[in-house]
Amino acid sequence: MPPREGTYGLLAEFDTPGDLIRAARQARQDGWRRLDCYTPYPVEEAAEAIGFHRNKVPLLTLVGGLMGGAAMFSLEVWISVLAYPLNIAGRPTYSWPAFIVPAYEWTILFAGLSAAFGMLALNGLPALYHPLFNAPNFRDGATTDKFFLCLEALDPKFDLTEAKKYLEGFQPISVVEVEY
Amino acid sequence: MATSEVKTGDPGIDPSTGEFRVIGQGQTFKSVTEKITRIVLTPRTPLGWFVLFSVGGGLATVLLTAVTWLFLIGTGIWGITQPVAWGFAIINFVWWIGIGHAGTLISAILLLFKQGWRNAISRFAEAMTIFAVVCAGMFPLIHVGRPWLAYWMFPYPSTMTVWPQFRSPLIWDVFAVSTYATISVVFWYIGMVPDLGTMRDRAHSKFAKYAYGLFSLGWRGSVRHWMRYETASLLLAGLATPLVLSVHTVISFDFAVAVLPGWHTTIFPPYFVAGAIYSGFAMVLTLAIPLRKFYHLEALVTERHIDNMGKVMLATGFIVAYGYGMEIFMAWYSASHWEAFMMWNRMFGPMGWSYWVLVTCNLAIPLTTLWVRKLRTNIAYMFFLSIVVNTGMWFERFVIVVTSLYRDFLPSSWGTYRATKWDYMTFVGTLGLFTFLFLLFVRVLPMIPMNEIRMLLPAAKIKAKATAKAGD
Repeated sequence: MPPREGTYGLLAEFDTPGDLIRAARQARQDGWRRLDCYTPYPVEEAAEAIGFHRNKVPLLTLVGGLMGGAAMFSLEVWISVLAYPLNIAGRPTYSWPAFIVPAYEWTILFAGLSAAFGMLALNGLPALYHPLFNAPNFRDGATTDKFFLCLEALDPKFDLTEAKKYLEGFQPISVVEVEY
Repeated sequence: MATSEVKTGDPGIDPSTGEFRVIGQGQTFKSVTEKITRIVLTPRTPLGWFVLFSVGGGLATVLLTAVTWLFLIGTGIWGITQPVAWGFAIINFVWWIGIGHAGTLISAILLLFKQGWRNAISRFAEAMTIFAVVCAGMFPLIHVGRPWLAYWMFPYPSTMTVWPQFRSPLIWDVFAVSTYATISVVFWYIGMVPDLGTMRDRAHSKFAKYAYGLFSLGWRGSVRHWMRYETASLLLAGLATPLVLSVHTVISFDFAVAVLPGWHTTIFPPYFVAGAIYSGFAMVLTLAIPLRKFYHLEALVTERHIDNMGKVMLATGFIVAYGYGMEIFMAWYSASHWEAFMMWNRMFGPMGWSYWVLVTCNLAIPLTTLWVRKLRTNIAYMFFLSIVVNTGMWFERFVIVVTSLYRDFLPSSWGTYRATKWDYMTFVGTLGLFTFLFLLFVRVLPMIPMNEIRMLLPAAKIKAKATAKAGD
């Protein structure tokens, strides 16, 4: 993301997950699209409230797993049949049942690595900087016991004073402006 | 088990279920976070930690000495010879890998079964897995004789144009164990990223902020991130489950594919996996009981955990017992002279004592007493039992490896096995290395997953929404 100036968004702090979900659901209904919730543990209802239902991690995992399995199986076949065939008492060189085990392990290996690193990549992590950490109350609560709703300035509906008034309508603990 | 055995006024018991609580009463998001982060972020390290750390470190030095001497002289310093060419190294390898399996079972299989009680113990059980795999993986490497050439086991285009033999279970082992180690580390680390974020935000010293900041990868708890994270965790759990079953299966193939009586049997894969989980849970207890006492974590690692682990041990112990029984049955039913002799020799031969140690430690003591809830929740007894089972499981591998090998088909090739001091030093040394690594983990990383514990708290329940009760 290129460096920006000005306001990133407005951050409202809530005490309970229930308050956050109600606010997020209402904001989404009122037409807000550039918004996000921040919670200290996974809150599925909050993700649904802001309209986030599906993700691509399972697809990445499937593709990774298939590629890992196919790669190992082909490698085994190539080695055992073409590159280094061993004739042991006339047994067939293409002895596929024996090749299943390493191929199985590599399916799991690559599926697992794809799930983990794919998830991080889709999340845009690792990120060395994020404007939210500029908010004075964010680091205190977001990873411990508080629930945040952020309306981002990139939303076409965003107007600093209007949005602030709008968020205060949800009776949060505080509403703070977050700078880039 | 009957509830009436336990006092009803006990605050550790949830009156609605009659079961022990998964989390002690009165815990909040803040108190849980506080409790877990304080262990790590305190500038004062408890004296007891230093004492154990130096013991572990000292024993790890013994390992270093033993391995250095091994590299200088060769595997001849060990007790291995013909006919027992697989001695302590393979026994310890199987024992350590088995211990690791309980960590994966707790973190993956119980996650898939939505067993909320597992949350508190999953992190350090996974750490136990990784350190156990570190200890285990070392043994085949140093047993190959020329460990600096161990990379020959991997398929790579070499100038010798030689490739691995993919029909050998020993090569399968290379892939099974290396995958297991990698996936365990990834699963453990990914599970820790949000908690490292918490540590970053609560650390005081500049170095701690910097280090946790770096390793938390900029985690900020966005619900979009959480949802992908949850999907990835579930998928990793779903992948680790068949993986953990395959690892010990492949290890049992190392034996079962051979034609040796006592090894050549189809019961080995399930019996090895059950034995692995049995000894692994014993090791989790060995670690959890002193930890919860020392760091006052009784509210998070409750009697419920100890009780449930006892139940898992009871179940897997019986599968192991079935395995032993089936070995005896097959020795008779196969009508094979060699099988029958192997069994007789195993029980009453010159090394028969080891079989009876195994029976006492794995069957006689645990499988009679674990039925009793009072004993399952008696902390001192469970600690004692965990040591007993770990010993028994070590002897199981000793019995499988040594008593099958030392008297095979031809009496003229019979021999015996006696471990040397270098064998013992290497084994004791890995116990030290394990302790050393585990204590480092406990000191610098959050040993209980805070984000998972938060989900179990009453405050996490969203009103007017029927959510599954924590841990049930």
